[in-house]
Amino acid sequence: MNVIKFDVITNNYQLKTINQKIMNSIQKLFQQKDKNLLSIYFTCGYPNLKDTTKVISALEQSKVDFIEVGLPYSDPLADGPTIQDSSQKALQNGINLDIVFEQLMTIKTTNKTPLVLMGYLNQMLKYGEDKFCQKVIDCGIDTVIIPDLPMVEFENHYQQLFTKYGITNVFLITPHTSDDRIQKIDSYTKAFIYVVASASITGAKGEISNQQIAYFERIKAMNLKSKLIVGFGISDKATFNTACTYANGAIIGSAFIKNLGINGVDKIDEFVKPIIS
Amino acid sequence: MKSQFQPDENGYFGQFGGAFIPELLYPNVKELEDNYIQIIESEEFQTEYKSLLKDYVGRPTPLYFAKRLSEKYGAHIYLKREDLNHTGAHKVNNTVGQILIAKKLGKTNIIAETGAGQHGVATATVCALMGLDCTVFMGEKDIERQAPNVARMKMLGAKVVAATSGSKTLKDATNEAIRYWIQNPETFYLIGSVVGPHPHPDMVARLQAIISEEMKWQLKEKTGKENPDTIIACVGGGSNAAGAFYHYFDDEEVELVAVEAAGLGVNSGESAATSQLGEVGIIHGSKTILMQDDYGQIVEPYSISAGLDYPGVGPLHAYLYESGRATFLNATDKEALTAAYELTKIEGIIPALETAHALAVLPKMDLKKDQVVVINLSGRGDKDLETYIKHLKE
Repeated sequence: MNVIKFDVITNNYQLKTINQKIMNSIQKLFQQKDKNLLSIYFTCGYPNLKDTTKVISALEQSKVDFIEVGLPYSDPLADGPTIQDSSQKALQNGINLDIVFEQLMTIKTTNKTPLVLMGYLNQMLKYGEDKFCQKVIDCGIDTVIIPDLPMVEFENHYQQLFTKYGITNVFLITPHTSDDRIQKIDSYTKAFIYVVASASITGAKGEISNQQIAYFERIKAMNLKSKLIVGFGISDKATFNTACTYANGAIIGSAFIKNLGINGVDKIDEFVKPIIS
Repeated sequence: MKSQFQPDENGYFGQFGGAFIPELLYPNVKELEDNYIQIIESEEFQTEYKSLLKDYVGRPTPLYFAKRLSEKYGAHIYLKREDLNHTGAHKVNNTVGQILIAKKLGKTNIIAETGAGQHGVATATVCALMGLDCTVFMGEKDIERQAPNVARMKMLGAKVVAATSGSKTLKDATNEAIRYWIQNPETFYLIGSVVGPHPHPDMVARLQAIISEEMKWQLKEKTGKENPDTIIACVGGGSNAAGAFYHYFDDEEVELVAVEAAGLGVNSGESAATSQLGEVGIIHGSKTILMQDDYGQIVEPYSISAGLDYPGVGPLHAYLYESGRATFLNATDKEALTAAYELTKIEGIIPALETAHALAVLPKMDLKKDQVVVINLSGRGDKDLETYIKHLKE
């Protein structure tokens, strides 16, 4: 009897460690809070080269739930003019992947807000896929968004690579993504599904249309296992609240970048507070 | 048997190709991928395509034996006269084909990118012909240096949108076209070269293949043999070269020469010789050879020719380069200008600046007396007159 008891305890213990091991930072966040999550996207090295860590600290103090860390890219196909401009400015400031990783290392122990890295596939490819993944993990990050990484390439290669390093990839879905494809994405998702609010590139749009609401309702009715975060076109309290009616939270990008460009890092709290209050 | 120079089921030529697109574009690209071969191979398409090429475009284009050029370089040099096509370049072969595919798929809004303006004009032309709406994205810098083509597009009823991001040239025009496509998924992106996500490179290559299809029977008529010893074509994205090489890929004895733009010199920092300066990377949805820095940021290319200053090359060409099937040479701005003046003077043909790069490698080649060389004369030089006049004075 004792032996059997011991086995059960060991198994439970092992299961618990495995669960903890595979539970990613965003999943842990969802355990504490799964409604009205606010994520902010910002571009590293913008408006000034050394602002990366200042922006993260300010966002943490403003109680943003998680932060999307944008890697500036020369040809960001999925991004609108605001993020394009901020990327170009950051590159002119001299930002590069090595500097980004150095900057992120300096706040690794102090920052408690989960970070999600967003960049384009060519950046990872050129840096070296293994080297990139190792650096990401070293910086305490375990979730990436790569908008030009298609599902078939994920299945054929990147799924294995990411699993090796304990990294999880966030997929995007759009109003034109079929239900079959959404189900498949749901099965691959560990952190959250990025629900692109409309057929668009990033950038503030103003209101959320009835058509968009119908799309959010369709996704909600699918009862997916994954948490949903809405992005693209979320710019203020009104659009954030609407998105949160249908999803677990929303991401604000371009509107924040615009504000950052005008008011700098010192006024971040004034941007965030009205949205979460 | 399927040629190794045709893409596999995921759109790869060796390690190059694929479809690295945001999820937003997936339905559009999938729709095309599921239908393009079936449409192109249908009797209905072939009849209409061939009929338009004959009566509207003016094909077959002549294969002209350039006697004086041959004497000068001591070889048998033929010029495939794509410059005699309606709208002045090979580009129209592709736009006629794609507009028929667009119609078949029920698309009414057409978008395109353009560098020198040749593809923009060819797209605006077929849109006028079919009564479809046309928007052309063109780099701000190219709008300035290719004014006559901008005027032609507008006259043809197209809306010309200036791409003001990045280097304000072809790469950025393509970015803007793709961004517009993401926001307007009902549009048909009529891409101008063998670039972009699968199936675009293969589709465009198939539509340009008419060039080498004609070359085969024309050469046979003139020389008794279907195969030349050498084919030379310039490469920006690579569509005219793809068309000129297409039916010769598996004829290993035919030497294929691709000529890139070296700008002020391959190592001058002002160049577009992608195969010499690039490394494996992803641009416009395709894995290929790409000019980039140590961090994967795309480097802005330079060439006097607005049709060749592209930082990448189509995935098929990346494979032709890597496999050694094609030889990649390059020509500087100056060499291209010299070659253009020479052809004008001794043959009475003013070539496009792009095409002049292909002509410019003749002095660098070790040509034999009986060597049969075909140069794909991809376009005419009307659009480049301002540049030619300016440099003639210098």
